[in-house]
Amino acid sequence: MAIINLKKKEVQAKIVYYGPGRGGKTTNLEYIYKKFRNRIQTEMVTIKTHGDRTLFFDFLPIEIGRIKGYDIRIQLYTVPGQVKYESTRRLVLRGVDGIVFVADSLAVRRNENVLSLKSLTENLASYKKSISEIPLVFQYNKRDLLNEGIPLLPVEWLEKDLNSKLNAPSFEASALKGPKVVETMKKIIIMTIDSLRKDLT
Amino acid sequence: MDKKYSSDTDGQRTYVFTSAQLSKIEAVLTEDLLDVGVHSVTLIDMAGNIISTMDNGENKHDLYSLAALAAGNFGAVSTMAGLIGEDEFSLLFHKGKKENIHFSKVTDEFLLITIFGKEVSLGFLRLKVAEATEKLIGAL
Repeated sequence: MAIINLKKKEVQAKIVYYGPGRGGKTTNLEYIYKKFRNRIQTEMVTIKTHGDRTLFFDFLPIEIGRIKGYDIRIQLYTVPGQVKYESTRRLVLRGVDGIVFVADSLAVRRNENVLSLKSLTENLASYKKSISEIPLVFQYNKRDLLNEGIPLLPVEWLEKDLNSKLNAPSFEASALKGPKVVETMKKIIIMTIDSLRKDLT
Repeated sequence: MDKKYSSDTDGQRTYVFTSAQLSKIEAVLTEDLLDVGVHSVTLIDMAGNIISTMDNGENKHDLYSLAALAAGNFGAVSTMAGLIGEDEFSLLFHKGKKENIHFSKVTDEFLLITIFGKEVSLGFLRLKVAEATEKLIGAL
C-alpha cells in the first residue's frame, strides 16, 4: 500500500524480495547497501537466527530522488526463505507494491523455486492481490557459478518453470558479485512507480 | 478540508493524503500527545510506511526502521493472538529504563506508535491515545 504525501510531496512504496531459502535475497540487499551507502541514511535492519539465516525480514530504506516533483522513498524488504516461515512471509508481504522474485539457479533447487513461486501466489491472494497484476521482476541468481563448473538450470528452463505465463522482465544476476543486482532493483522501482503514476498529480 | 482519495488499481491500494488532511493529523498528534509530554508520536500504516511523525525535538530516532519493525511486530503479535484464540491483545507496550514504547491500532490499516518517558504514566497515556485515536479516525 503505497503512501502519497501531498504536503511533503513524498511517495513511499514497499518492494519485497521473495524466493526460496539461500537463494540470495539478503545478499541482494547487502550489495545495494554497500553500493549506495552514501544515499542510505540508516543502517540496514536485519532480524536473523543464530545461524545467520533471515528470521523475520531485512529492511533497507533508500531515497532515489525525484519523479514528477515527488521525493521517492523506497522500502526494500526480504522475506525469510525457509519453508517453515510461511506465516512470517505473509506478514512481510502486507501492503507490498512491487516484488522481485529471486530464483536460485542451482540445478538442485529447481523444485524449491517452483514451490516458492506458488507460495508467493497464494500469499498475495490472501491480500486480494494477483501475481499477474502486481509489478514483478524475476532475478535468476548465482549465474556466476557457471564458470566454476557447478550445474545450473538453463535460463530457458527457469523461464519456462516460472515465467512462461507471467512474462515479467527477468535478469541473470550474481547477487554476491554484483552483475544485474542494481538493474533488477531499478526495473522494479520503475515498474512500481509507474503503477502509481496516475495518483501523482 | 481537501478530499482524501484512495485508488484501487490492479489489486493495489494507494493512500493519498492531502495537505489539509496531514495538517489535521499533525494537530491531533501535537495537541493530544506531544503537549502532554510524550517524546515522539508516529502514525504508520500496517505495511510500515510513515504517514506522519511529530517529536519534541530532543530525540533522533531512526523512524523509518522503527516503523518497519513496529508494523512487523504488530503483525506478529496479532498472529500470536489468533493462535491462542484471541482477536487481538489490547495492550502493546514495551518498558525501557528511559524510554517506553506504546502501540495502538487506529484502524485495520493504521497504527500509532508513541514513545514516552517516566514523566507520563501508562494509564494517562492510554487515555490520551484513545482520545487521539477517535480524532484520527475522523481524519483518515
